[in-house]
Amino acid sequence: MIEVNPFVIFIASIFTNNMILSNFLGMCSFIAVSNEIKTSLGLGQAVTFVLTFTTILNYFIYYNILVPLNLEYLRFIVFIITIAAFVQLVEMIVERYLPNLYYALGIFLPLITVNCAILGVSLFMVIRKYTLLQSIGFSLGSGIGWTLAIVALAGIKQKLKRASVPKGLEGPGITIIVIGLMALAFVGFSGIVQIQ
Amino acid sequence: MNTILITTMTITSITGILAFLLTLADRTINNYGKIKIIINDEKEYIVDGGSSLLSSLIEHQIFIPSACGGKGTCGYCKVKVLEGGGPVLPTEMPFLTQDELKQNMRLSCQCKVKRDLKIQIPEELFNVREYEAIVESIEDMTPVIKKIRLRLKEEHEINFKPGQYIQLKAPKYEGNDEEVYRAYSIASPPSQKNYIDLIIGYVPNGKATTYVHKILKEGDKVYFNGPYGDFYFQENSDREIVMVAVGTGMAPILSMLYHLKENNIKRKATFYFGAKTPDDLFLLDEMKNFEETLFDFKFIPTLSRVAEEHNWAGEKGRVNNALEKYLTDGENKEAYLCGNPPMIDTVVSVLKQKGIPEELIFFDKF
Repeated sequence: MIEVNPFVIFIASIFTNNMILSNFLGMCSFIAVSNEIKTSLGLGQAVTFVLTFTTILNYFIYYNILVPLNLEYLRFIVFIITIAAFVQLVEMIVERYLPNLYYALGIFLPLITVNCAILGVSLFMVIRKYTLLQSIGFSLGSGIGWTLAIVALAGIKQKLKRASVPKGLEGPGITIIVIGLMALAFVGFSGIVQIQ
Repeated sequence: MNTILITTMTITSITGILAFLLTLADRTINNYGKIKIIINDEKEYIVDGGSSLLSSLIEHQIFIPSACGGKGTCGYCKVKVLEGGGPVLPTEMPFLTQDELKQNMRLSCQCKVKRDLKIQIPEELFNVREYEAIVESIEDMTPVIKKIRLRLKEEHEINFKPGQYIQLKAPKYEGNDEEVYRAYSIASPPSQKNYIDLIIGYVPNGKATTYVHKILKEGDKVYFNGPYGDFYFQENSDREIVMVAVGTGMAPILSMLYHLKENNIKRKATFYFGAKTPDDLFLLDEMKNFEETLFDFKFIPTLSRVAEEHNWAGEKGRVNNALEKYLTDGENKEAYLCGNPPMIDTVVSVLKQKGIPEELIFFDKF
């Protein structure tokens, strides 16, 4: 793994290894907050920010505290605590300095805490033995990929409002089908690079 | 052994550091400094920013009614926020109608104090105060209903209208780890300003009712705030009075009856009271006394679960059945209802059928 260029990982995690569309992680807020492009862009940015910083934070905690002490098995709980505290902090900062973003996300902001995409990226980083630079590329790429997917979905859902959807499929039903089709479309990218 | 120690130490220190950081952030980032709240264009208060409008107002002894205690689930704590409230949050939306949104209504428990605020609250909320009282007596009305008398400190007085309610504070006790306020109607007459009577039924697992029924003793100190409510006796009217209550809903009606008696108000009144069995009836002597002394008063108890062995000669069925039977028409009448929502809804529709206009039907749903 060491030889893979961080930039390649960055590109791959946006397109070929998209967190949502190839791993199906972070679905909860992906479905719940994708009704408007503006809101989902905001959430996507928040996820990207939280993702990048928690991954860097977790990288240092893992390799500088847990590995030297032989406590690798603690990574789940430690990662979760770090992410939860960090999201709390971000929430306070956003509420104070970016009130518009705060109002747009409202009650959904705490959803980022329990977003499995964020824990997933930290765990993949450990499993795939990424270096720091690779981890940064991976997390930034995953965040941007997540944003790309949710904004695309929001765009489609905004169009769907004016389409006549069969009654039984309204709401989450048609959303899941749309996500499936998007995932199929993203398979088309898989020829570019593969990192798994 | 070492592993256990290292593991515990690591987890503890990591959580400790993060907790410290969060506390620090709460003190700095979440600290919005001193903020001015102007109420009804006249009164000005300075509060510490960062907490909800509801709790900031409580600090200044202004009590907005709130049954859920600021969790955003009851929707009672509405106030008009004219300036500085920011946009309405998604958590408030379910409780606000289109009209209320236009009038800038907000849930005060969700609206955070971050900038100088201009708000409007009903004038009578300024009368609302926190009272300290001593439990003077606890009487069993039925096996599950108690009447308690709360005596205020000597020089203190409470001014209320017959029918209004207070919120009693149930403190933390074994089995209850949070302070809660619960609303109870005042059963004593408004002329008695130094004490209030409450009639409280036992609700299994109810935080406040368990406190009153299992823990409270005579001589204990309690706290309550009030009075609240727009369900009260209409003084400027000479209409005939129809009163309907079930169970502990008798409390506000009792206050009204005492009021009628003390002021010698010459209006015809009929009180329909619903219960399940004869054991659930209470204050029958008091009602008899009212029938003898009031101008023209009739008490009609009706039982819904009466059996052979009860030897019950009175009315059977629910209150709405008794109403349909005895209430001839709604001409020149007004109604006071207190009880659970299904009972209120049924009775309101019966009364409307009988011809009492909706604006003359006053009720308190609990």
